[in-house]
Amino acid sequence: MAGKEYVCMMRLHSDIPQDRVEKVLDEFQGPLYQRPPVRSSVKRRLRIRTVYYNRFIEMDERNVLFKVGCEAGTYIRKLCYDIGEVLGCGAHMQELRRTRVGPFIEDESLVTLHDISYLFSRWKETKDETILRKFVYPMEKALQLIPKINVRDSAVDALCHGAHLTAPGVLSLESGIKIGDVVAVFTQKGEAVTIAEAAVSSENMLKMDHGFVAKTKRVLMPRGMYPKMWRSNQ
Amino acid sequence: MQETKEPWEITRSLVVKAEEETNPHYGHRPEERPIKEHMRFGIINVDKPAGPSSHEVTAWLKRILSLESAGHGGTLEA
Repeated sequence: MAGKEYVCMMRLHSDIPQDRVEKVLDEFQGPLYQRPPVRSSVKRRLRIRTVYYNRFIEMDERNVLFKVGCEAGTYIRKLCYDIGEVLGCGAHMQELRRTRVGPFIEDESLVTLHDISYLFSRWKETKDETILRKFVYPMEKALQLIPKINVRDSAVDALCHGAHLTAPGVLSLESGIKIGDVVAVFTQKGEAVTIAEAAVSSENMLKMDHGFVAKTKRVLMPRGMYPKMWRSNQ
Repeated sequence: MQETKEPWEITRSLVVKAEEETNPHYGHRPEERPIKEHMRFGIINVDKPAGPSSHEVTAWLKRILSLESAGHGGTLEA
């Protein structure tokens, strides 16, 4: 699940000195207990979510601006409420803006609906495809943070049909993969083939010469892009 | 004090097990995808305004960009 980052404006319910606010913000880092609010689509059981960091930005009377990096499923509203409890005065989340979801951040890739409208008109006028490519990215961008396994051309079509990945198909892989990790399987050209679940660790994937290394969970590449080269048993 | 590293700061190294050439006749490098395929398998980072729902925005995008299918990866409900 994608990590997130937000800029949040929290409103305190009474005046608190800045150094106390900064100290408490700093304490609310690491794994936290949270129960989803009444208004949520998930089951309301107590669960642990990790706040990677809280970074105080500035404060103006009772308004506190801070940046928070956290695990998916962390309720910032609840974070503000809990910070208010520890400060003793109470607090609530006044405003929130997400500044990161997984690999997507506020950079030149971020476009408003106005931007999209404008760029699309320009494309229609000029027929210049590079205009579309300025704001539409290859889907592979979404997989940037997922550990990768690169495979031979001969392995691709079977994977497109839902076959699981076996050791002989593997050409290279990223370090640090553990059993159960979500991995992305790529061709030598950098095209995403499947999303899979690692059946063995990176180290074992390198050592094995046969057997399953990853269970295919989702096929991304259409069938037939790579030819059928299913090897016969040797 | 920060305890856990954020996922986007994790660095990994690529370990090569075997080498093999890829046939240029099959597939395309993502940057070189023909435009139709690029749009079909593309992703847009949308700064969605607070008013419309992500479903409405997706429907609007499908219409404007003449896309056969489009989905959204979730938004912020504040």
